Amino acid sequence: MAKPASNTKKRAHALFNWFDQRLPISDFWEAHLAGYYAPKNFNFWYFFGSLAMLILVLQIVTGIFLTMHYKPSADEAFASVEYIMRDVDWGWLIRYLHTTGASAFFVVIYLHMFRGLLYGSYRKPRELVWIFGMIIYVLLMAEAFMGYVLPWGQMSYWGAQVIISLFGAIPKFGGVITEWIRGDYFISDATLNRFFALHVIAVPIMLLLLVVLHLSALHQVGSNNPDGIEIKDYKGADGKPIDGIPFHPYYTVKDIFGVGVFLFIFAFIIFFAPELGGLFLEHDNFVPADPLVTPIHIKPVWYFTPYYAILRAIPDKLGGVIMMFAAIVMLFLLPWLDRSRVKSIRYKGWISKFLLALFAVTFIRLGMLGMAEGTPAETFEARIWTFIYFAFFGLLWFFSKYEKTKPVPERVTK
Amino acid sequence: MSSDDNKQQQPVDHSRRRMLIGATTALGAIGTAFVAVPFLKSWMPSAKAKAIGAPVEVDLRTIKPGQLVKVVWRGQTCGVMNRTPQLLQQIEGHDEVLSDPESAVVEQQPDYAVNKFRSIKPEWLVLNMHCTHLGCIPQVLPEPGSYIWEPNWPGGFYCPCHKSKFDLAGRVYKSMPAPTNLVIPPYSFLDNNTVIIGVSSAGAA
Repeated sequence: MAKPASNTKKRAHALFNWFDQRLPISDFWEAHLAGYYAPKNFNFWYFFGSLAMLILVLQIVTGIFLTMHYKPSADEAFASVEYIMRDVDWGWLIRYLHTTGASAFFVVIYLHMFRGLLYGSYRKPRELVWIFGMIIYVLLMAEAFMGYVLPWGQMSYWGAQVIISLFGAIPKFGGVITEWIRGDYFISDATLNRFFALHVIAVPIMLLLLVVLHLSALHQVGSNNPDGIEIKDYKGADGKPIDGIPFHPYYTVKDIFGVGVFLFIFAFIIFFAPELGGLFLEHDNFVPADPLVTPIHIKPVWYFTPYYAILRAIPDKLGGVIMMFAAIVMLFLLPWLDRSRVKSIRYKGWISKFLLALFAVTFIRLGMLGMAEGTPAETFEARIWTFIYFAFFGLLWFFSKYEKTKPVPERVTK
Repeated sequence: MSSDDNKQQQPVDHSRRRMLIGATTALGAIGTAFVAVPFLKSWMPSAKAKAIGAPVEVDLRTIKPGQLVKVVWRGQTCGVMNRTPQLLQQIEGHDEVLSDPESAVVEQQPDYAVNKFRSIKPEWLVLNMHCTHLGCIPQVLPEPGSYIWEPNWPGGFYCPCHKSKFDLAGRVYKSMPAPTNLVIPPYSFLDNNTVIIGVSSAGAA
């Protein structure tokens, strides 16, 4: 009876070979999974890259299903979202997966970026990995902003009004540019329709391309690790890094565990607190867009609020816009601002540790102030944190070069 | 056959190749730029959007003393306010805290609104309500002290988005996110009871 089984096996193998000779399946498997050696000392912070990929897939799948019921027109958009929530079978779940997924994406991306800051993952030779990652971050912000406009609620409308007006600060051409973005003299059906097109097709395509570039660049140079040293420097007789383990099965299994924990939390939010007290879905967005009434308290969704706080802190329109964009540009420059002899925070001095902790606190505090009402006292505080935000990059540039560092081990540690 | 062999033995003419590559690239770039124009232009306001820009008439008899009525002109929220002598008085006496008390910034109002009350007739304020910072609609708080954070509030407009403050003539306070006074749209009086927004007394705007 063993004979037919082995025959089936043979046939399956032949079929696989037929494909493998025509498509580089096993080459790809070897280069990026079974033969891709990653440092063996990955810790908690290394869950978030794979989680970000999971959420990207989730957003694309749920997004496709939402477009089957959503109507991208100013007259119908709000009602069609309510229709999805109330009348479409399981529509509420698909929409909540998508809205919670958006916030989860930023949670995961912010932790993923902080990992890069902790262990110097942006340093040579991984500058391009960081740059591609930052472009993904910026595209993601554009994607999230346009997605938030689509339900055509009050926050959709007035958030779009505020963000598009930012471009009006550009000297001379501001008026023409804002008209060009809106396709009208005000936020209208034309604006909603083009944001829909960008949100469901243009930006997602760019995101997917950037993810390919991000991972290609990463696999070209190899992953960094909590010690910030190169495992490629110590290779065994077989030419494989001694301190590396194949991504599959070791890290695929580890990441699947991370996915399990993530989905547990994710499902909890979807089923018990999909609005998360107005953080993930703002209360004002349950009111249809009304061009005649501005909500009393306009604030963006939580993941934009640090930059929003910077915008509000500067008492000058053009200056505020410039500083807000500069806050993001500074992050792009990190690979060249950090001049330390060591990559990982583990071997940097106390000044670097203090600065990084301060930067994290600054980002969170600015985020909180961006959500707040903006009383004179809060505006004053936001100005101080804005100053600290930018000072971080200057201090990093200076101290990273002259600070005393600890000796780096030759091989990875626990 | 032999001439082909000769050609193959000749060294590659690099400068000629560079010239050809350069010319091809330049022509391709020019072509791409031309093809891009229709796509970029398709984002501008359509003929339909441009057509919806007609002037708006407001019947002043429907506006009570002290009341502000909002109308939409070209998608912009405009306010027509019936300012009582009391409200007009509140406009005076705080020029020193204003950024542009004389309405010196030319684009913010037509010539006929360059005066203390920023209007043709002092009692009728016609205003583009959008905050000059990022386009939100300020709240109307005409009562003195009605902005709770400021006991000395003389009455005016307060933008909920980024806390810009304007007085009852739409003049912006100093050190606000909003850089300039609120815009006065072109308008004129058809008769004593009707104002038309979008048409200057000088003619259509």
